[in-house]
Amino acid sequence: MGKLILLLLNLIFLCDIVAAVFEDQVGKFDWRQQYVGKVRFSHFDTHMQLSKKVLIATESNVFAALNTRTGDLFWRHVDKTGLEGNIDAVLQHGQDAVLVVGNGRVLRSWDISVGGLNWEIVLDSGSFQSACLVGQQGTVKHAAVLKKSVISFHYLTNGHLKWIENLPESETVNYQAVYSSGNGQVYAMGVVPHSHIAIVAYSMDDGEIINQISVDAPWLSNIPASCAVIGQGILTCVDATTASLYTLDLHQQLQMTQVPLQSLGLEVDPGFHPYLVSHQPSPARQPLSEFLLQLGPDHHLLLQLNDGQIVTLRDFKPALLVSFATTGEKTVAAVMSPKNKTACSINLFSSETGRRLLDTTLIFTVDPNGGKPERLHVQAFLKKDDSVGYRVMVQTEDHALIFIQQPGRVMWTREEALSDVVTMEMVDLPLTGTQAELEGEFGKKADGLMSMVVKRLSSQLIMLQAWIAHLWKLFYDARKPRSQVKNDVTIENLSRDEFNLQKMMVMVTASGKLFGIDSKTGSILWKHYLDNIPPNAAFKLIVQRTTAHFPHPPQCTLLIKDKDSGLATLHVFNPIFGRKSHVTPPALSRPILQSLLLPLIDQDYAKVLLLVDDQYKVSAFPSTKNVLQQLQETAASIFFYLVDSSQGRLSGYRLRTDLSTEQVWEVVIPNEVQKIVSVKGKRPNEHVHSQGRVMGDRSVLYKYLNPNLLAVVTESTDLHQERSFIGILLIDGVTGRIIHEAVQRKARGPVHVVHSENWVVYEYWSTKSRRNEFSVIELYEGMELYNSTVFSSLDRPNAPHVLQQSYIFPASISTMEATLTEKGITSRHLLIGLPSGGILSLPKMFLDPRRPEIVSEQSREENLIPYAPELIIRTEWFINYNQTVSRVRGIYTAPSGLESTCMVVAYGLDIYQTRVYPSKQFDVLKDDYDYMLISSVLFALFFATMISKRLAEVKLLNRAWR
Amino acid sequence: MSRPLSVKVSVFFTVLLFVYTDFVCCNNGRRVGDSLETELSGFSVPLEHSFELDDAGKFQVRGSLLLKTGREPSVSLMQNQLSEEDRAKLKEVAAVDGLYRIRVPRVFLQADRQTECQMEGHLTAFVRACAMVESHLSDVITLHTDVSGYLIGVSIVTIPGACRGTEVEDEVDLEVFNTTLSIMAPVNAPGPETALFLERMEIETEKKGKNPQEQKSFFAKYWYLILGGAIFLMVSNSAQPPSGGGREQS
Repeated sequence: MGKLILLLLNLIFLCDIVAAVFEDQVGKFDWRQQYVGKVRFSHFDTHMQLSKKVLIATESNVFAALNTRTGDLFWRHVDKTGLEGNIDAVLQHGQDAVLVVGNGRVLRSWDISVGGLNWEIVLDSGSFQSACLVGQQGTVKHAAVLKKSVISFHYLTNGHLKWIENLPESETVNYQAVYSSGNGQVYAMGVVPHSHIAIVAYSMDDGEIINQISVDAPWLSNIPASCAVIGQGILTCVDATTASLYTLDLHQQLQMTQVPLQSLGLEVDPGFHPYLVSHQPSPARQPLSEFLLQLGPDHHLLLQLNDGQIVTLRDFKPALLVSFATTGEKTVAAVMSPKNKTACSINLFSSETGRRLLDTTLIFTVDPNGGKPERLHVQAFLKKDDSVGYRVMVQTEDHALIFIQQPGRVMWTREEALSDVVTMEMVDLPLTGTQAELEGEFGKKADGLMSMVVKRLSSQLIMLQAWIAHLWKLFYDARKPRSQVKNDVTIENLSRDEFNLQKMMVMVTASGKLFGIDSKTGSILWKHYLDNIPPNAAFKLIVQRTTAHFPHPPQCTLLIKDKDSGLATLHVFNPIFGRKSHVTPPALSRPILQSLLLPLIDQDYAKVLLLVDDQYKVSAFPSTKNVLQQLQETAASIFFYLVDSSQGRLSGYRLRTDLSTEQVWEVVIPNEVQKIVSVKGKRPNEHVHSQGRVMGDRSVLYKYLNPNLLAVVTESTDLHQERSFIGILLIDGVTGRIIHEAVQRKARGPVHVVHSENWVVYEYWSTKSRRNEFSVIELYEGMELYNSTVFSSLDRPNAPHVLQQSYIFPASISTMEATLTEKGITSRHLLIGLPSGGILSLPKMFLDPRRPEIVSEQSREENLIPYAPELIIRTEWFINYNQTVSRVRGIYTAPSGLESTCMVVAYGLDIYQTRVYPSKQFDVLKDDYDYMLISSVLFALFFATMISKRLAEVKLLNRAWR
Repeated sequence: MSRPLSVKVSVFFTVLLFVYTDFVCCNNGRRVGDSLETELSGFSVPLEHSFELDDAGKFQVRGSLLLKTGREPSVSLMQNQLSEEDRAKLKEVAAVDGLYRIRVPRVFLQADRQTECQMEGHLTAFVRACAMVESHLSDVITLHTDVSGYLIGVSIVTIPGACRGTEVEDEVDLEVFNTTLSIMAPVNAPGPETALFLERMEIETEKKGKNPQEQKSFFAKYWYLILGGAIFLMVSNSAQPPSGGGREQS
């Protein structure tokens, strides 16, 4: 019988935590956006006239096809991160796209119509240099891959090797380019820097060396950066120091011909590296004899090489970007030139004559909150009257792709910066106009009875007006079919909803572009590009003032720190509109070590941000008189800690009244043995509702809720699988007291830690058992609370009881976070991002060190699950059902106005937003709640009572008469 | 006492001499307690404290810690009394809510070579001076080591820990330290308990095998319950036609 009870108990538990999405709820509370990253290569699918595809290979190692009409993904292939999946080259021919991946490790061919893999072969080792398609007599059947010391030749149909040859003198010569013009020869071009060019011609049939020449070029160091093959196989190079063009016929000559730029009447901008662009419409044919030369940041030229003579066809100045495009037999050059401050115009020029084509002007409006245009991808097509039409895809500095049609209609925009979100915050939306009006009424100082009455009446009137407008809208919408009613979210009609479920997601991306995204729909409401962000910047986003302090606008501060120099800048902005605040942030002249947000507020309700520089001096922002006075008063209770992981040093400081600091504690973990990998505190906005846990015998086990506790994770420097370990230290951030110290032996990182309430959960790799394991530490004060009213780190002499238990987890994980709710009543879940793209919601109940080995009456009373060493992944725990989130890097959780609901955003290559209900929706009626039934029952009961009352009265009267 | 440090330690030195040099180098030439009878593989380091009105760190020797190295390190403390002057100062510092700070040098408890036992730098900790005064100098000092025996941290708490503003009248209460000292090494975190779990499972299956009653199938045992449930379900189903489900949430 006991077993049955156990079984039932288990069943109840399992029923309790099932929280799957129903089919009709898909997409109701959640959305996903898929990104590809910064574009490195792009090819428009030209083999079909009506094709809507553009192929894109990115720096995030993604190969994808986009729909040119809508900007949506047709298909996407996400490769490994890092160098292993790096896309080196993309060669497109007809239906196939051949990719060289992983520094020449793999050659892959994709069918671009459906995104299927045609074939894949592994290449010999050697660092990749260049690749090209090779055609003969008008047909393209091969691809050549040039590596450091070999050149290989592959069939396009199956990837098989046709021939492979060692490059002569590859120890001294840097082979950098490969070229073929469809005449049966393949040229490998190399350079000995500042000495000579080496050119080897191979026969494409058997790889035999036909010709090998070496030409003096003491000015040349890099072929792809300064040379291009033009016309009938003429290698043309440009050099800034001698201000000359050099030409070399690959077929005959042994000498380079120098053409001084001066003789063409040209001049290179000082300090600019000139650049040549040639265009080969088809690999089976020769490149055009026209080419582009860039002489300055906004100076381009269209030149023609004719019988050894260079002729200027057109001088484009000013011209920001220039690009060739071919359709049919026609080749055009698209030129983007600045028009005014906010707009650029793009025009087409005939490549043969340099004449401007009529009616080809396209206006591109530069977003003032975006980056400058960086690259131009042109899709040219023939119109019915045989003239050339075109569309352009402009790539900007902030990784955005903007697709424009004539005469300047933006068809779509993709914000690829969002593929690399670094940090984010969720900010409450402001109140509606009417709510704000009411708030304002109370916020203002009272000024006489009469004016207060007038104010109240006027605000009531405004509310009435808004209500009538709302009713009118409802009535109006009711007549329209449901599909037409759209609630477009714009920045004007943003307002908080009843349960505060709609918020503003402020996302900071690695490129330095900030986004404000509506959490309900995922639409981008504002964007702001910060230029001059250092490439290795670290970001910290701080909400200094929330929307709760009307009429003061909400305020966010972004701390941007250069990781090398430590110098930091502050960007202060309004998170709802994205506008830069007029509050001037302090100039930070010294490197910043630490920043902390204090609970102190200034007279404008902004929280005070303290910045500690490398001389341990503290500056406050905002630093008004009021703030400084408050700081002086509370200085003795402001402590902060610094971590120097390179020396293993953790040190604590106290603020002095003169805003200098003094060191009060120091802990040194020798970095010969172990190094600090992460330090995790608790989230400041976390609430814990219950102080303790009720045990089976009705006594209370009190939690040790130290808000200053830090979980420090170390990894051993010795990586041998028998001796490696990870260490967990729990340190009080105020006193430096080591509360608990544990080592997990035979374990290795990467360690993922979540620290919340009175528990720390960490995940590691066990080298002994070769599996991922979870461990949970919980801290309890015991059966009595030391000081139940207030917690002070300075007065807590008794060390807490520490309980720990470990479990096997059957998957590796990418990131981990805990759910967070408004009041902390709802039970907690762990949200685990898996490399497979799933986001698992694991009840914390399963990670409880008090799970008993042997079930007793008391543990059953307490609802403890009996200990099982393995945590099982249940498919219904995946909160993102089939909405895979690629390369999930972080999960952000925020409380909503409903205690049962926690907002979740997972970000990585994709962004996914949803809501979770860890204890189910105990405070919300279901969607399909039957209002009709309950109201009709109520009415029926009401009438029944009325009638029976009447009947009873009549009966009483009758009885009295009798 | 201060035998020259430059004496080269060679393999031919006797164990005794080893100990002797160890003891010398770890003292660092500081003033130490009176009797220093180091046992085999033990050495002493000074425990210093500082309490100043301006909170500047002016550390003075409070006593000396005798550390016994080896597999299970232990520690004992020998400390001086507080002088008249210090007592007055401590009370003054307590009155302005200053800090009472202690520090110990960083040491390596498992050093084979005596010269390696001490490293640069100190480990510090603090309590509020008023807590020190009000607890009548009764404190708990814990030294923490890491896995390999490096001292990584020191912590101090007073018992009781609170500052209630009670005046300490008797000067004698502030003379002698009443210190509880311990040294803590990291505990080994448990791994998943597979062995015990499997054992328990085995015992359960064995039990099942022994008890013939338990061997009865589920249906054989609870057929009446199932039958009753089924009848109940049938009755309730026929009484009420099923409402359009699908959107119902479990």
